[in-house]
Amino acid sequence: MEVLSFLTSGVLTALEPINLGLILIGVTIGLFIGAMPGLGSVNGVAILLPITFLVPPASAIIFLAAIYYGAMYGGAISSVALGIPGASTAVATTFDGRPLALQGRASLALVTAALASFVGGTVATVFFTLFAPLLATVALNFGPPEIFALMLLAFATFVGLGGDDIPKTVFSICFGLVLATVGFDTISGEPRLVLFDIQGFIRGIGFIVLAIGVYGIGEMLWTIEQTRGEITTTNPKMTAKGLASDAKEAVQRGWKGTWIGSILGFFVGVLPAAGATPGSLMSYGVAKMLSKTPEEYGRGSPDGVAAPEAANNSASTGSMLPMLTLGIPGSPTTAILLGGMVMWGLTPGPRLFIDESEFVWSLIGSFYISNFAAVLINLAFIPLFVWMLRMPFTILAPLIFVLSIVGGFAASRSMHDLWLIVIFGLGAFFLRKFDYPLAPAVLAIVLGPIAEPTLRQSLLLSSGDPSIFFTRPIAGPITVIAIILILLPAIKMLRGKRRVAAD
Amino acid sequence: MRQGEISLAGILALFSLYLMWKSAELPIGYMRGQGPGGGFWPFWLSVGMLLSCVAIAWNWWRGKSPASVSDEPLMDSFGWLTVLHVGGGVIGFVALISVVSMYGAVCLFLVYYLRFLGRHSWVLTLVLALFVPVLLFFFFEGAMQISMPQGLPFTQPFFDMMYDIIY
Repeated sequence: MEVLSFLTSGVLTALEPINLGLILIGVTIGLFIGAMPGLGSVNGVAILLPITFLVPPASAIIFLAAIYYGAMYGGAISSVALGIPGASTAVATTFDGRPLALQGRASLALVTAALASFVGGTVATVFFTLFAPLLATVALNFGPPEIFALMLLAFATFVGLGGDDIPKTVFSICFGLVLATVGFDTISGEPRLVLFDIQGFIRGIGFIVLAIGVYGIGEMLWTIEQTRGEITTTNPKMTAKGLASDAKEAVQRGWKGTWIGSILGFFVGVLPAAGATPGSLMSYGVAKMLSKTPEEYGRGSPDGVAAPEAANNSASTGSMLPMLTLGIPGSPTTAILLGGMVMWGLTPGPRLFIDESEFVWSLIGSFYISNFAAVLINLAFIPLFVWMLRMPFTILAPLIFVLSIVGGFAASRSMHDLWLIVIFGLGAFFLRKFDYPLAPAVLAIVLGPIAEPTLRQSLLLSSGDPSIFFTRPIAGPITVIAIILILLPAIKMLRGKRRVAAD
Repeated sequence: MRQGEISLAGILALFSLYLMWKSAELPIGYMRGQGPGGGFWPFWLSVGMLLSCVAIAWNWWRGKSPASVSDEPLMDSFGWLTVLHVGGGVIGFVALISVVSMYGAVCLFLVYYLRFLGRHSWVLTLVLALFVPVLLFFFFEGAMQISMPQGLPFTQPFFDMMYDIIY
């Protein structure tokens, strides 16, 4: 009952005119920043952080959290409408969102993403409200071996995502992971893999460079070559009745993915250093594995859009938990939020819930309101995003190229990276021609910087003994499940061969 | 396609060998008290890439992949020309950024694509080629405070004028 009373007071604070206004503005700004390839919540939160000194701390963090929420919703728009994942958290949304858009069902994809995000965000907020301190303690038990086991599980789901050609999928995963090691060895501080001794590689290769190269340039070239420059999307029309029927279909065909994403996303998001990207990817993989029609995934399944979208919203709420209760940021955006809290004179940590309970409950209350505002604002803008797809392809294509290059520069501020985008784009085009799956490479470059240090720290802990991944109570089962998942395609293939031989 | 697949696998195998050699510039084994060396992770991943290439070649030899049993060319002349025009346009776009600034390059790329590849009218081409860079300028320089490359000094008067508007 005490929780309910705190929550009511928090919601009422969030509904005060100044806070409500900030929520609406924050969500709208976040939506557009998230929809722009190359920019994500981290840009919006970082740029607008100084403005927050004009308002009280509670209003300030409510505003920044609203931008964070809006950007999470906005990431799906770029994935569906342009086919470019604007942020790493929206990579998995591209797998089914883009095929739906190409079938003229962009509105269904966007409505599914919006509703799934709403459910994901709300479920996570409820978990947050009820179990915050307890979950923070559990998350603390995740050391390097546990986090690496979790990464291994994420890589195992890649094998399932990559299609039938396992060697090409494994190549793609290893390639993405190697690209993530370019630059500096984070442990010894020495330069590493400075390819062809080109100094630009010392800065490393960012996820966005590969993602924009693969999806913004390579995928576009492939589409233009395959369709011979003819319009590829069927003419999507948007009416109020259409929106309502899309919402109904989204609920009917996307509910399973939504629930899987909402629950799994939250628990992965809570873990320090994991965040929304592995959460969304694992939810996609698990939803596909549990589906009765896994063959529909990758061809435009609403469940395939709902699972990662619910998960990334749920995880973004979850990642606030270690930030508030332990002072450990789960993502770059929460790191900036943490910095903001320190500047406002608040000390994140176990005592925050006691010493600053009014602040904490206002924030939790604002999660509910932000989520509600985000889904309404997102649904209101869907006709605009769908209208974009009605443009002739010969107008849309150059605009996508422009956004890719400008967004690529905005993310890295380096001409070297722009040339890398072009090289990756052309390379991706030829790899795609020979059926190399590229999504695993993009996801591997995101998870590589988490996987490598945790593997090395674990081996250091065990004096080089790899059994550490099997003997610890949390890491052990996760590692075993990951290994089973990796071996599953080979087992299926062998069983298939035996069946053919028996026939 | 058949020849293309094995050639690509060969090129990727060579690239994997290069990565293995490059990774080995740092220690690739376990160092007592320090854990695995800095080259350990990329080296073994590159080995994974190489082994994948061997498996791809094995599948090619057995005719297991669609490309390995296809006698069709990689692309016909129309396909090559399209890739050349569009891919070449993107390369030209990036090359022009250091000369005419990001916004100038956006403008020229849109004129090239919309007018010469898309065959749209001059009116539509010019409206979009001028409107999009201006919109991008206000969004990035004004709202997001991200400076884009300004090219050679002759573009400076344009930037001075635009900065006067936003500041």
